[in-house]
This record gives sequence, structure tokens and C-alpha cells, in this order.
Amino acid sequence: MRMSDVTCVGIVIVSHSPEVARGTADMVRQMAGEEVPVAWCGGDPDGGLGSNVEAILAAIEQAWSEKGVAILVDLGGAETNSEMAIEMLPADKAGKVVICNAPIVEGAVMAAAEASGGASLQEVKQTAEEYLAA
Amino acid sequence: MSDTEKLTAALIEAVAKTVFDHVAELTDLDQAIGDGDHGANMKRGFQEVLDKSAELSGMALPDALKAAGMALVMKVGGASGPLYGTLLMGLGKELAGKELDGDAVTGAFGAAIQAVMARGKSKAGQKTMLDVLVPVHESMAAGNRDLAAIRQLSSDAALATVPMLATKGRASFLGERSIGHMDPGARSSSLIIQAVCDVLQKGQ
Repeated sequence: MRMSDVTCVGIVIVSHSPEVARGTADMVRQMAGEEVPVAWCGGDPDGGLGSNVEAILAAIEQAWSEKGVAILVDLGGAETNSEMAIEMLPADKAGKVVICNAPIVEGAVMAAAEASGGASLQEVKQTAEEYLAA
Repeated sequence: MSDTEKLTAALIEAVAKTVFDHVAELTDLDQAIGDGDHGANMKRGFQEVLDKSAELSGMALPDALKAAGMALVMKVGGASGPLYGTLLMGLGKELAGKELDGDAVTGAFGAAIQAVMARGKSKAGQKTMLDVLVPVHESMAAGNRDLAAIRQLSSDAALATVPMLATKGRASFLGERSIGHMDPGARSSSLIIQAVCDVLQKGQ
């Protein structure tokens, strides 16, 4: 269960495929337990492969933490739509949401592992992105 | 209906119609070098705009452009949603409060294209919609106000993406295999520009 006093950065997974997003979220929960807020979305507004700004906004809301939210994306449209969603957030929230330049599955698991230790949003993003450099 | 309302409604109808008429072609182009969803995505987006036509036509044109852009952002479901959405919202933002003449439209178009470049982290020459938008704007900025010529230029610019190497978007994954296919975003941009030119020509 989500604690009422969430102190971990939240993780949002945005894939073109709902199955990929859901599976990635399962892997994140297995690694990071329940204290890291995790939300996912995948698919276009008609349920086909793609991304959906409205669903991304809802996922950010669902995984919201005062420490911020790190988004992991797969391909171009998921990134562009996530950037659009961030810009549509109220200004005080938009500054607390980042997109990690990392592979969606590995990045999400590493980000969540870092987040579960109480790391800052910047640390979470950095850890996810280090996967590429490793 | 006022003339402005008629113009907005005619623009929406013409752009939606050309998108609907070319869904299969856009799908085929995108299947060749992308993920094949451009036809369906554009159809879904412009169906939403068309469904809102009565509401949008009641607005001032800049506000209608902004609202149409937002409809595309929310409905398209691919990168083209934020890209075309940014283009229309940029046009609306720049045209707000201005006299809608050729110079104002040209200036707003240039600013909106800059916003699209920032959104897509791209520039002309990468086999994208920008390879139509940028040369069309350059011609307008050089003083071209001949709608038939602008129409032709947009079509030629889309064709000119055929030999280009894609270095942006999913087509870039194909590397040299992207050469020899027209970019679907360039094609949809040219279709939209042609439809707009047709409506404006009829009004002249």
C-alpha cells in the first residue's frame, strides 16, 4: 500500500505498448517494493500502439510525490508526448517531473531502486541514465 | 455565419478532408520507413478537429488554431500530435491580436516552425515535416504570396524528401534504407498546406 507520507520519487513508465508498460511496472515493483509510487501507461487514445498525453498526465498524477516524478519512455512519440504532458502541468508541478534518457526497462528498475533509498529526483535520473554509460 | 466563421469552417473541412482522403497513402509511406501509424493517427486527430468545427468556427481564428492544436495533442497518439499541435498552437499564439494579412501569417508561421523544431529537436534536412514547412516559409518570407506557387512548392518539397537520409525519428533507425521513400510527415504537411491554399484561393 502507498504510505500517506510518500518520501520516494515516483516513477512513470510510458511505452507505446500497454503490455510493455505494465510488465516494466511489475519488474519495478518486484525490485523496489511498494514504497516507490509507480504508474504506467501505454497505447494511443484508441487503444492501439502509441502514446496518449491524457494518459501520461493521469499516470504522473497517480505516481505523484512531492520529491518529484521520473518518467521512462521507449520511442520518440512517447518522449515527445511526455514532454508535452509535462508542459501542460501546473508550473509548480512541471519543475518536479523529468524524463530519463535511459532504456525503459533497465532505466525504470534502476531509477526505482535508487528512489527506494530516498534519493532526490536528480539522483534518480542520474542513476537511470548511468545504465547507458556502464 | 460571418466571413471569419465561414473561413475557419472551410479550412477545417478542407484539411480534414485531405487527411481522410490520404489515410491509406500516409499509412503506406509510414509503413515503408516508420511504424505505419501516421495515417490512422492523423485521421483520429483531424476527426476530433472536424467534430469541434462548429465550436472552433465561433472563435477568433487565433483561438481556433490554438484549440485545434490542443485537440491534435490530445488525440493523435504519436509524435505528430505534439508536432502538429505545437505548429497550430504556435500560429494561434503569434496571430493573436494581429491583422490577419500575408505578413502576419508569414511571421507567425516562422515562429510556429521554430517551436516545432524545439519540440522535435530537429531542423530541416533530416527528412521530416520540416523539409516542407521550412522551404515554404522561406519562400513566403522572401515575399511569395502566390498561393498556386506556394501550393506547388509544398508538393515539390515533399517529393524532395525521397532521396534524403533520415536522421531523426523512427525512420533514422533504418539508416540508408530510409533513402528512396517520401517522408510521411513531409507528405501530410504538404497536403495540409495545399488544402489551405485551395481554400484561400477560392476566397480571393
